[in-house]
Amino acid sequence: MSEDPNLLVATKVRKEFGGLLASDDIDFTIPRGSIVALIGPNGAGKTTFFNQLTGVYKPTSGSIVFDGTEVVNMPPHAITALGIGRTFQNIRLFSQMSALENVLVGMHCRLRSGILGAILRPGRVKREEAESRDRARELLVYCGLPRRHNERSSSLPYGDQRRLEVARALATDPKLLLLDEPTAGMNPQESADFTAFVRRVRDEKGLAVLLIEHDMKVVMGVSERITVLEYGAKIAEGVPEEIQSDERVIEAYLGKGAVA
Amino acid sequence: MSDTVDRVRARLGDNANVWLVPAVILLGILYPFVEEGLQNLPLIGDFMPTTGTLVVMIAFTMMAVGLNIVVGYCGLLDLGYVAFYAVGAYTAGWLASQHFEQVTFHFGSSVDNGLVGIHVTMWVVLIVAGLLTMLAGIVIGLPTLRLRGDYLAIVTLGFGEIIPQVVRNGDSFGGFNLTNGTFGIAPIDPVGFPVLSAIGFFPENFQTSDNRERWYYMIAFLLLLFTIFCSVRLRDSRLGRAWIAIREDETAAAAMGVPLMRTKTWSYALGAFFGGIAGAYYASFKSGAFPADFYFNVSVFLLCMVILGGMGSIWGVTVGGMILAYLNFSGLSTIGSKIQDAGIDFDPTKYQFGIYGIIIVLMMLFRPAGLIPERRHKIELEEGVHDTPFYDVQTEGALTDRNPADD
Repeated sequence: MSEDPNLLVATKVRKEFGGLLASDDIDFTIPRGSIVALIGPNGAGKTTFFNQLTGVYKPTSGSIVFDGTEVVNMPPHAITALGIGRTFQNIRLFSQMSALENVLVGMHCRLRSGILGAILRPGRVKREEAESRDRARELLVYCGLPRRHNERSSSLPYGDQRRLEVARALATDPKLLLLDEPTAGMNPQESADFTAFVRRVRDEKGLAVLLIEHDMKVVMGVSERITVLEYGAKIAEGVPEEIQSDERVIEAYLGKGAVA
Repeated sequence: MSDTVDRVRARLGDNANVWLVPAVILLGILYPFVEEGLQNLPLIGDFMPTTGTLVVMIAFTMMAVGLNIVVGYCGLLDLGYVAFYAVGAYTAGWLASQHFEQVTFHFGSSVDNGLVGIHVTMWVVLIVAGLLTMLAGIVIGLPTLRLRGDYLAIVTLGFGEIIPQVVRNGDSFGGFNLTNGTFGIAPIDPVGFPVLSAIGFFPENFQTSDNRERWYYMIAFLLLLFTIFCSVRLRDSRLGRAWIAIREDETAAAAMGVPLMRTKTWSYALGAFFGGIAGAYYASFKSGAFPADFYFNVSVFLLCMVILGGMGSIWGVTVGGMILAYLNFSGLSTIGSKIQDAGIDFDPTKYQFGIYGIIIVLMMLFRPAGLIPERRHKIELEEGVHDTPFYDVQTEGALTDRNPADD
């Protein structure tokens, strides 16, 4: 099988919530190893589209092919196992668990020990646990969390919680990393650091990144392609320079008078 | 360095004190031998439970520890756990009594070879009861675990009523007597050591041995230790982490690759497993499975144990289970007789569920995480949320590196 240059191909994805059209026949592709962004005003259907890629919602119609596999009817955990890792817009860590345990949960689908293994704890399982702990620590350090691995995740500062979410998503060993407003609530310096970090992750781990973002500095700085949604429909797509000068985009963000 | 600390902590489980667990185990083993001495003590002597009472207490504590896997670890409110107790007890009834008089089958049993009915040794019965209950857990779980929160609780409540109802009226399934209806199945064979008895010391049959209670107690104690051991190991495993992740945030857990249905079903099945074993063992101890034992109040009683001890905390649930079971099966009546002796006409056993209700209300008000809170809850309640102050106190007025947008 020759490798498709596109990691993800979504065709005519449509999602209706009753009378509301949240995704209006969206066509969307993510090339391998690229960083692409999904932007649009609030309520444009960005997160809804995200949730369809990850299996949280099932599209009303359309197809989403990830790495050669149709994922539309798959449950979220199976899609994660295929290689889509994600973070959440409003941080959703396992708040009672330590930072380390959060990352270990992310490794769930890459580990194999079962019930008897858990109870009898043979050498194989011990080794797997020890290795996964080491790997989890490495990931935490990699994502900028060198300390406080055993602290309850909800007691970490906000920025660290965001980093932990990324570490947890990376623990699923993804080919595609979905980041839902990762820099929300960060100051300009933190956002800049984060932008550099996203690029580094892409380069070093060889994965593709799709991000939803409101901070235009981040979006324009990091993404190679940008797709703009408004009212569930795709209104523009292209490289950052094209998007910046696209009349429909400016109109969508700033209102009609702004174009002139 | 921190890795070693981690490992030590993992080995200790909830306990910071290395000596506590062996000490409790030793006391547990010694109790039946010092029981009489304790009961002769002034003042507190009357409150010491008999070894027989302890067997019952342990059986219910085992069920509570099993229920804790479902409610405490996975966060699934199960209001019908009594169903698993019933399945376990009736499995013992079917495989180790004279109930099926159509056949005569003996396999390593401790009773007379001439008896009709199926008589399998209780050791096998315990395992089969566990597995069969596990199966019941899966059958109940698969259709219901898709539901969330309150809805799940209501459906389990339904199943908790269905199974005892079936048991009560199961004396004629198309003419076949499955459960012997309201009379229940009795007598159920006692536990014994049919093979080991050849070398002496070990009795072939607990019932006819000199120390019936003591033997039943020893095996019950071992079963409880086994349940706790499995429960600790499961909690600290990949599966246990997945359970807790589901409890914390189901959507996030699924997005991290945790298969929700399978993981929840396992928590249900494993929780049921221990309930089944406890049910079968208790049925053998009281030598019968009676439908009157399987009412809704048992489910609530077990849930109270879990809440009292601390949801998710194994040691907490064990202690909570022992305390409530003690009050239920001996403590309240002892207290009652003391009150009567003092000349006051008040019988606390009449108000047992009212008293448990008061205990739960007080617990929720003053110690919501339970007697021995789960490590995670404890951290939260004792340390509070870590926070960097806005202003550095030492260099007054200077802003710390905390970002206001973070709040």
